[in-house]
Amino acid sequence: MLYRDAGQFKTGYAADMAVFPLREDRLGLALILLIAFVVVPLTGSAFFLNVVMIPFLIYGLAAIGLNILVGYTGLLSLGTGGFMGVGAYACYKLTTAFPDVNIIVWIFASGIFSCLVGLVFGLPSLRIKGFYLAVATLAAQFFLSWAFQRVPWLYNYNVSGAIEVPTRTLFGAAVTGPNASPAVRYLVVLSTVALLTLLVSNVVHGRIGRMWMAVRDMDIAAQLIGIRLLPTKLLAFAVSSYLCGVAGALLVFMWYGSAEPDVFNINLSFTILFMVILGGLGSLLGSFLGAGLIYLLPIALRTISPAVGLDIAPSSIEHATFMIVGALIIIFLIAEPHGLARLWQTLKQKLRVWPFPY
Amino acid sequence: MLKRALAAALIGGTFAAAPVPASAQEGIYVPLFTYRTGPFSGSGTHIANGMRDYLTMLNERDGGIGGVKLIIDECETGYDTKKGVECYEAVKGKKPVMVNPWSTGIALPLIPKAAVDKIPILSMAYGLSASADGTRFPWIFNPPNTYWDGASMIIKHIGQQEGGLDKLKGKKIGYIYLDAGFGKEPIPLLEQLAKDYGFELKMYPVASTEMQNQASQWLGVRRDRPDYMIMYGWGALNPTAVKEAVKINYPMNKFISVWWPSEDDARGAGPGAKGFKTLNWHATGTEFPALKDIEKHVLGKAGSQTQKETFGEVLYNRGVYNSLLIAEGIANAQKITGKKQVTGEDVRRGLENLNLSAARLKELGFEGFADPIQLSCSDHNGHKAAFIQEFDGKTYVKVTEPITPLTEKVKPLLDAAAKEYAEKNSGWPARTEPCDKSS
Repeated sequence: MLYRDAGQFKTGYAADMAVFPLREDRLGLALILLIAFVVVPLTGSAFFLNVVMIPFLIYGLAAIGLNILVGYTGLLSLGTGGFMGVGAYACYKLTTAFPDVNIIVWIFASGIFSCLVGLVFGLPSLRIKGFYLAVATLAAQFFLSWAFQRVPWLYNYNVSGAIEVPTRTLFGAAVTGPNASPAVRYLVVLSTVALLTLLVSNVVHGRIGRMWMAVRDMDIAAQLIGIRLLPTKLLAFAVSSYLCGVAGALLVFMWYGSAEPDVFNINLSFTILFMVILGGLGSLLGSFLGAGLIYLLPIALRTISPAVGLDIAPSSIEHATFMIVGALIIIFLIAEPHGLARLWQTLKQKLRVWPFPY
Repeated sequence: MLKRALAAALIGGTFAAAPVPASAQEGIYVPLFTYRTGPFSGSGTHIANGMRDYLTMLNERDGGIGGVKLIIDECETGYDTKKGVECYEAVKGKKPVMVNPWSTGIALPLIPKAAVDKIPILSMAYGLSASADGTRFPWIFNPPNTYWDGASMIIKHIGQQEGGLDKLKGKKIGYIYLDAGFGKEPIPLLEQLAKDYGFELKMYPVASTEMQNQASQWLGVRRDRPDYMIMYGWGALNPTAVKEAVKINYPMNKFISVWWPSEDDARGAGPGAKGFKTLNWHATGTEFPALKDIEKHVLGKAGSQTQKETFGEVLYNRGVYNSLLIAEGIANAQKITGKKQVTGEDVRRGLENLNLSAARLKELGFEGFADPIQLSCSDHNGHKAAFIQEFDGKTYVKVTEPITPLTEKVKPLLDAAAKEYAEKNSGWPARTEPCDKSS
């Protein structure tokens, strides 16, 4: 009744091919952006911005990066943590070597380095597929983890072996370091993530996205209709690692404030992969939904039990969280194997015909 | 499907609207970052129990400190940096008087925040060694000694065994450590000492994911045959290392660890672990009035998770010592400011004027528990002596007199590291906090 396409006529090809053909969808998106850009920074507490929103957006971006590879192109990768680390360490090296250049420039530039590394480790993807490719990217993960530990040049020979984020400013306001206000950091992260998501949305809905999906669905058929496999797959690796690299730089510079090499271990790769699988393969919205489910659910469980007056020891909550999140993941996968994004689509379909379903 | 989705959306909505925990009620808010879960819980649980029980005892026996109740709030970090930062953000709004990260990895990102949020950090004998420099790190405290002090004390002890530090020339000393911020800390000092005394340093890093599988490291030990082994381990690393050392028949009296292994860590390796040595700076056992009070007021009551047999063990007492510093910092702050309800800024001053003299320790019921310690504005550590204790098959027994650190070697390195840290973090604030002259 409220959400339907009756009466909305498409008068041109552009309107017909729009990402959001329905007026309600466009209004909803505008509303979400308005809330994200205006309401949240004005009303959110420091805890909400620092612990909930900033990590959620960063994980969302990383999940989009991996989704390009796994969801759109069908190449299984376990090297996400490593690629994120390359971005973080590149950003650290760049900003300590050239402290006068704006940090935002370096955050975007650091993605290029992880993009190059991704290209190198993407080369075998032409010859190997599926689980074998996963093993090849696993090698990338282990090699990069090793490098973060063992190449002291990467962390500027710090005694602690960790990288520490110096204070950098933008228009006179501190963006990184301890003095940066949560709202400023949130807005920087949000703008970066929103901009990159918009770009990726255009890429995956265009010719390149179709090429990736053709390769994913059947690479021999794709080759027969004239898609060159190697450049297509390498492009997917490049775009994916670029996004992961930027996410990694944001992770350290906007959230942690310092990072040990252990941050970018194999667990991070798996976490992002689970976000992509649960959220929905081949869906940008799904990347955010998956990041929300995996990252925010434990936090919600932790905050909710004291809030409703349950006095449980934090360690018991921690154990319970593991079990509840695990169970929920299984339940979601049984209820909707195609992820949360498909759930949302089903919901929209139902809404269109509500209240007279057929 | 629609109903289910709606339900999911509703649940999601509730989560999003979940209120940020209300600010603390009347009382002094002391958050404890603990880990009773995960691969480091074997060590963390004892520490958490000790810290919690002493503070609970103060609440039960004295009604808090200076008549103000302590609000004790545990936050589970699992020794995970990400969760530690999350814990910090969660407690920040409740005006904590200090934070005890209990992980070098968590301490590192919090160090720059401390001065901005006005929350002192007490990282007792862990964390950044260089943060002992109070003029550059006014908000960080790491008494009673740093990892560098620890390493120098172990080398000194080895020298004593050999009949003088000059006898170390040509010896081979192995260093097995957790390959993280913590284990890497003493490396620059060990390298420096190796150069000065002419011994050869062999390193055996253990990744935190491989803690329970150290076969390759100990194969290396068997091949290299180091004359002594030094260990900087935590969590599951310690028991595994002791077991492997027993397995290859490494002479246990030449295997010396920094202060972190518990009784359980050595016990698991069976009778072969007899003679295993660790550093320590406080007593084990329960024969102290304060611990008797814990037994009377806390043990077995609601809220305490301590098992009777771990009460008085080395890591439990370590936790108690940590809480002793917390309580003394708060009590000092109350004395200096004359206020009952103190803030983080007051407690920073309280810690800076910390003076646990022998008389004060006796007054608190800790006579002979640990050496007296006094901090100052420039020295946030004390660089106190520690002794070597030996495992006798059941418990640790003190076997040496307190060994003082090689201050003349540690001090220049410490100053250089503190200076370098401040320089690398451009815009590191110069100390503006005035120094109290009362002590």
